[in-house]
Amino acid sequence: NPYAGLVSRLRAAWLSGKTRPMEYRVAQLEALGRFLDEKKQEILEATALDMGKPPFEAEFSEILLCKNELNTALNNLSHWMKDEHVDKNLVTQLDSAFIRKDPYGVVLIIAPWNYPIHVFLVPLIGAIAAGNCVIIKPSETSKNTERLVAEVLSCYLDNDCYAVVTAGTQETTRLLENKFDYIFFTGTSSVGRIVMAAAAKHLTPVTLELGGKNPCYVSDTCDVQNVARRVAWGRFFNAGQTCIAPDYVLCSAKMQEKLLPALRKAIADFYGPNPQESPDFGRIVGDKQFQQVQALLHSGRVAIGGQTDEKERYIAPTVLVDLQLSHPIMKEEIFGPILPIVTVANVDEAIDFINSRERPLVVYAFSSDDKVVNQVLERTSSGGFCGNDTLMHVTLTSLPFGGIGSSGLGMYHGKFTFDTFTHHRGCLHRNMGREALNALRYPPYSRQKLGVVRAASEVKRRGVCTLL
Amino acid sequence: NPYTGLVSHLRAAWLSGKTRPMEYRVAQLEALGRFLDEKKQEILEATALDMGKPSFEAYFTEILLCKNELNDTLNNLSHWMKDERVDKNLVTQLDSAFIRKDPYGVVLIIAPWNYPIHLFLVPLIGAIAAGNCVIIKPSETSKNTERLVAEVLSCYLDNDCYAVVTAGAQETTRLLENKFDYIFFTGTSRSPSVGRIVMAAAAKHLTPVTLELGGKNPCYVSDICDVQNVARRVAWGRFFNAGQTCIAPDYVLCSVEMQEKLMPALREAITEFFGSNPRESPDFGRIVGDKQFRRIRALLCSGRVAIGGQTDEKERYIAPTVLADVLPTDPAMQEEIFGPILPIVVVANIDEAIDFINARPQPLAIYAFSCDSKVVNQVLERTSSGGFCGNDTLMHVTLTSLPFGGIGSSGLGMYHGKFTFDTFTHHRGCLHRNMGLETLNALRYPPYGQQKLGLLTATFEIKRKGMCTLL
Repeated sequence: NPYAGLVSRLRAAWLSGKTRPMEYRVAQLEALGRFLDEKKQEILEATALDMGKPPFEAEFSEILLCKNELNTALNNLSHWMKDEHVDKNLVTQLDSAFIRKDPYGVVLIIAPWNYPIHVFLVPLIGAIAAGNCVIIKPSETSKNTERLVAEVLSCYLDNDCYAVVTAGTQETTRLLENKFDYIFFTGTSSVGRIVMAAAAKHLTPVTLELGGKNPCYVSDTCDVQNVARRVAWGRFFNAGQTCIAPDYVLCSAKMQEKLLPALRKAIADFYGPNPQESPDFGRIVGDKQFQQVQALLHSGRVAIGGQTDEKERYIAPTVLVDLQLSHPIMKEEIFGPILPIVTVANVDEAIDFINSRERPLVVYAFSSDDKVVNQVLERTSSGGFCGNDTLMHVTLTSLPFGGIGSSGLGMYHGKFTFDTFTHHRGCLHRNMGREALNALRYPPYSRQKLGVVRAASEVKRRGVCTLL
Repeated sequence: NPYTGLVSHLRAAWLSGKTRPMEYRVAQLEALGRFLDEKKQEILEATALDMGKPSFEAYFTEILLCKNELNDTLNNLSHWMKDERVDKNLVTQLDSAFIRKDPYGVVLIIAPWNYPIHLFLVPLIGAIAAGNCVIIKPSETSKNTERLVAEVLSCYLDNDCYAVVTAGAQETTRLLENKFDYIFFTGTSRSPSVGRIVMAAAAKHLTPVTLELGGKNPCYVSDICDVQNVARRVAWGRFFNAGQTCIAPDYVLCSVEMQEKLMPALREAITEFFGSNPRESPDFGRIVGDKQFRRIRALLCSGRVAIGGQTDEKERYIAPTVLADVLPTDPAMQEEIFGPILPIVVVANIDEAIDFINARPQPLAIYAFSCDSKVVNQVLERTSSGGFCGNDTLMHVTLTSLPFGGIGSSGLGMYHGKFTFDTFTHHRGCLHRNMGLETLNALRYPPYGQQKLGLLTATFEIKRKGMCTLL
């Protein structure tokens, strides 16, 4: 296996205990911070080349949000690493009972191309903070960023413990034949199944950040222009290539009529009359993806946009109406700058529509009436949820980010990333003496002993009065 | 698929929302409590028939520990279920940000035979508390308990939402072809292959799993210890349930001097516990089945039988046995023993013991005995395992506040207490913003500009604490 040597080398570094001391982890994390600062220009250029990512967007998602995660980890690492002392019962009163935060060992992070720095770096922060050795496999689809990371990261991180592997599909399959102690995968559901099946062979725990079609319910009671701006922002950011983008809108026919001009205005406000000339609108990452997204345009009726330019891999910010469920665009995650609107009679129909499909990474609901937003939250199931906005819930490091069902398994961001890459080891340290306390549990057994054992270890139900 | 109808039936109940209200969950949990109280005698009898489980042991593990988990849950459920508010940044100050505790849906619990009530009931408590519908598959190996559970549990729990399925290996494979929203599997690691099969089946549906497996739990005894206390605690852990315990000390690592001291101490402990002929003691169990009996008996040709070694095939009795001078190549060191045999492997010192442990798959538990806390801490620090206990055996899993789970081939995931509730809960990150206050959002919209970026950064950024900049 072409990667067996690399994995062994990292495993040896792991067994040496090098990654355990806090000072070491802090040094590596600070080096990551310097990478983001010193290579900022290179990162903006690489992502611009890869998918026309506007530098503002790249700076926000690839630098700022990453530095926030870095600082959250650095600000809290000593607290997160500490043994967590837990409540004890009568029997263990005099003992030491705590949760030890152990690293897993050698972990693998596989990242996709759409936010190519962010989506490997944020997991990497948690993996390093938790004391693991890490192999990073960036996406071969975002070629320029892949090259940058492969060439440059090794100048910042300790090469004994962290390595970047560049690999296509075939080689990634071979990489996955090796035994890892944790696998963190971000990508599509179909590949997610393959990764989990490979992990199953070694009983390797996994986090899978996958995707789906994120519904966006817009009630009749809302500020239409605000909604249009927030939805357009979420849909067209990074030319729609965002796993948490609103994938389609559900609203009444009346609301659709109001939304269309509002969306038209928002798009014009954002990108001008010809978005192809705007420096603030991205491109599709590759020819194959361009063809895939372009094919979805033959669904329903183009209400806004619809223009494409194959040479530039440009697809205009587009809104489609009059969709049927059988249309291709309603069957797969769009991952492009196209927003279909599906009309429903009311919120109940919208909720039934959402619940009859695979559970998405996020559900969005817009309403001036809190009760309506809460209804949608209460009666649906999704990775995450945002009321009255899009994308914003993932910018809070205090909220867990992850999928459910086919949109994923596990969660991260902030402390949740540290916890993902940490084995929570239950520990009890008792006294060598005080044997009399233990005598109750030893054979020969007796009813009397049982009574005392029970009294010493039972947990009673609180707040239940017995009236005599 | 023979189980598709049942799974659909439970899925319909799940979609009806029946299991969501707290009152409903409390009622189901209280019913489980009545099951444990009213069927106590039947449980003691069934487990006695299945593996000669002494009633003291059955009461302790199958009733008392389960009731503790039940009460812990009932005492805390409303708190665990609540939305958890989280810290907000400047941008979201006026918003509502919280973690919603959502059930997964229809979950499957597969249990083994050695603690046949406990090992389905404790996960079940968490699954019900978290609002799920549940299919329980008890072990066909503990036949009497399986029958009891299949016949009786349905009288206590809501049959729309909870079902017991009796199935052998083939039928379980068919059961696993269905899509579940969570699978909780406890098995013996003697077949880590079964854990792999469950995870591979789960992978087809991207179903999250918890796997409680096993391994060979090492027990290091340093030269500095109270030998008689150590002998009692190790013997208790090893011979409880006739050794059929996933967290039992599987083998001892100690110096040749300590082996010499341990032997008479173990002999004394065994006699104190079970009398001069353990076969006549009512407090010592039997092996669950003929197949398992023969497997364990074959391990006796390892090292030298220093204590015990007697067997009786008809009764499936294996005496409390200690093997001395066992080599790493001996049969007893090739697989999890899961029987009342304790091999002692001699090592030169603690470093050799730690290297020995680290050269092998990560176990469910590591035990270390020493009067010197530093020695105990060294073993803890330099090894990796599911859990750890210093100066005793088994006790760490009786605290509901400690997570219980494996690592590597000993398992994945954790439970007990709130950790069970969390296992069966999807933690849904939620942000509820205002429909108005749009000016705050304007900074992030195109057309982009350097000035906007500066302001956006100022409102979003998290600064590194405690870093002074000396100008």
